[in-house]
Amino acid sequence: MTAVIKAENLSKKYVIGHAHQGQYLTFRELLIHSFRSGSRRLFHPFLASSGQPLTGLATTEELWALKDVSFEIKQGDRVGIIGRNGAGKTTLLKILSRITEPTEGKVSIKGRVASLLEVGTGFHPELTGRENIFLNGAVLGMSRAEIKSKFDQIVAFAEVERFLDTPVKRYSSGMYVRLAFAVAAHLEPEILVVDEVLAVGDLQFQKKCIDKMENAATEGKTILLVSHNMASILSISTKSMLMADGRLIEEGPSQEIVRRYQTSFLSKALGQTDLSNVERYGNGKAQFCSIVMKTLNHHGESLPFPETGCDIAFEMHIKAREEIHHVAVAVIVYDELGNRLTDVNTLIKGEALSLKAGQQAAVKFLLRNVRLKPDVYTVGLWLGVINLEDIDGIRYATSFKMEAKKEDILYTRPFPGVYACEFDYTVEDIR
Amino acid sequence: MTEIVIEAGHGERQYWKDLWQYRELFWFLAWRDVLVRYKQTVIGIAWSVIRPFLTMIVFTIIFGRLAGFPSEGAPYPILVFAAMLPWQMFSNAVTESSNSLVANASMLSKVYFPRLIVPTSAVIVSLIDFVISLGILGALMVWYGFVPEFRIIAFPLFLLLVIVAALGLGIWTAALNVKYRDFRYIVPFLVQFGMYVSPVGFSSSVIPDNWRLIYSLNPMVGAIDGFRWAILGGHTPLYLPGLGLSAILVTIIFWFALSYFRKTERIFADVI
Repeated sequence: MTAVIKAENLSKKYVIGHAHQGQYLTFRELLIHSFRSGSRRLFHPFLASSGQPLTGLATTEELWALKDVSFEIKQGDRVGIIGRNGAGKTTLLKILSRITEPTEGKVSIKGRVASLLEVGTGFHPELTGRENIFLNGAVLGMSRAEIKSKFDQIVAFAEVERFLDTPVKRYSSGMYVRLAFAVAAHLEPEILVVDEVLAVGDLQFQKKCIDKMENAATEGKTILLVSHNMASILSISTKSMLMADGRLIEEGPSQEIVRRYQTSFLSKALGQTDLSNVERYGNGKAQFCSIVMKTLNHHGESLPFPETGCDIAFEMHIKAREEIHHVAVAVIVYDELGNRLTDVNTLIKGEALSLKAGQQAAVKFLLRNVRLKPDVYTVGLWLGVINLEDIDGIRYATSFKMEAKKEDILYTRPFPGVYACEFDYTVEDIR
Repeated sequence: MTEIVIEAGHGERQYWKDLWQYRELFWFLAWRDVLVRYKQTVIGIAWSVIRPFLTMIVFTIIFGRLAGFPSEGAPYPILVFAAMLPWQMFSNAVTESSNSLVANASMLSKVYFPRLIVPTSAVIVSLIDFVISLGILGALMVWYGFVPEFRIIAFPLFLLLVIVAALGLGIWTAALNVKYRDFRYIVPFLVQFGMYVSPVGFSSSVIPDNWRLIYSLNPMVGAIDGFRWAILGGHTPLYLPGLGLSAILVTIIFWFALSYFRKTERIFADVI
């Protein structure tokens, strides 16, 4: 087997300016800067600023989004790329799909690459479904003839026959992503680069997408997949690469790498986790600052680690930047495949939180009798108004590894399932 | 199987080949912009007729009637319109293409294709308006019973000059706009300003002879004079030194713009 992708010491540097709220420079800032540095050089010619073109404009910082990444991918490989947000996964995909250039290193690619970093790129809301299929196909690199020949398949896959001549702005969000994914799924590249797009549509449609990718794989296509959903990584890719801080930490069979990734969350488990610098979504009117996790037995005594059937106490500190009124707080527990196991929400108890700008609050949850099987679980947090706004959401706030309770070991470990139900049984003789 | 090598500094070896491969995208993007343009408007494409027509009336009244500029023997509305053809083509194309990259930011940061396609296809869209305006000119000629001379067939040459000028300025400002959003404000101002310093509402014969060459430093002067010469006919000869200067300037701008675009293109996705 020959290597279809060969990366050697790939690195990518970004320069971030801290003073800029917006991402782009204005001409004025550049002029002022060049004037200032020019005059400084004039009056203080020995000041060592000439070598750094952008200092003085703002405090700038170099960030290596990718550092010395080397790997080889052979034809027909299905490779998953996993890592926390900011680990460099998306930057790597962007370089492989030629959207951005590496700062150092090189990569050689054999064959046509199609990249799906987002579905629906190039969709125009005013155009009809039919028109968007052609437009999106062209943007993704298909020829007109190719799109024409696959048009019926795309429409059937997306299940939008009746709405072909409706502008997509009138589509439901489900129809929109189905159509978008359908166009992308009918690309026929030799190498397919996919970023997290499987998280679209309902379960049935997701299954269709996974089937489509598996088909592509059996046809000998090379697939690179970035996802936070360990279930799709495990079902599609045979090999995986684990990334952290822009570096490639480990590669190997997906099973192993996924396990290693999950346990990497454990280092920070129990005790306090600072949440000021984690990956989050939402409008940021208020934010979670920290989370403390404690495990207790039924008598309220603290336990060194969580075990099946224990109580788990979470305490989150929330700081409001702006006034928030009547919002709900939720703690969500996921299993290692990313399935949402439980979602405890203040709203379930009919409670809501209101804070003034600048005010801080501690919100405590106590999850009672948590009967999860011994395994690794991650905890997410959410603050917002249901169906209206996300104020702050964190997918990976902390994680914990559930241990088996001594007296439970007999029945929990060897059996499948996530929930260890308490039960009794009797045997009665039937005459 | 083709092999591509992505490397810092020269990931663009197969750029022109890619441009050819993605040629259909030019048309798709242009087609999209045309389709979208007059969606949810009541009179739709009629806007393409009304705007130049009203401008022509205003210019005819101000420059022809009130200021009393000479009309070179042709009806003043035709004199104005012959210049508005290239000017509107130029101003629409530059405005559209300078905004095109920013308007398509999401595509730029998610998909690869040769970036040159985006501002170029914006210029193609302006050609459609040009064709519509050409129809209006035809109607005006019929109305005034004005018969053009045979040299009208030369006008595509001058159109080419306009297109290259618009492309040059368009792709240059599009690239600058990615990094410095100031150009979002500079370009409309330049275009508005340019309409008055270019001989759109008046004939360039009103410019004193010893200023003619300096006046031709505005590359649109040569193009507009060329259009008038081809369409109006008459005895005014083409001012060749001015036309030559315009053509040279346009070529230089285009070349410079292209190399600037190619140089900055690779960081578009990072800074947009």
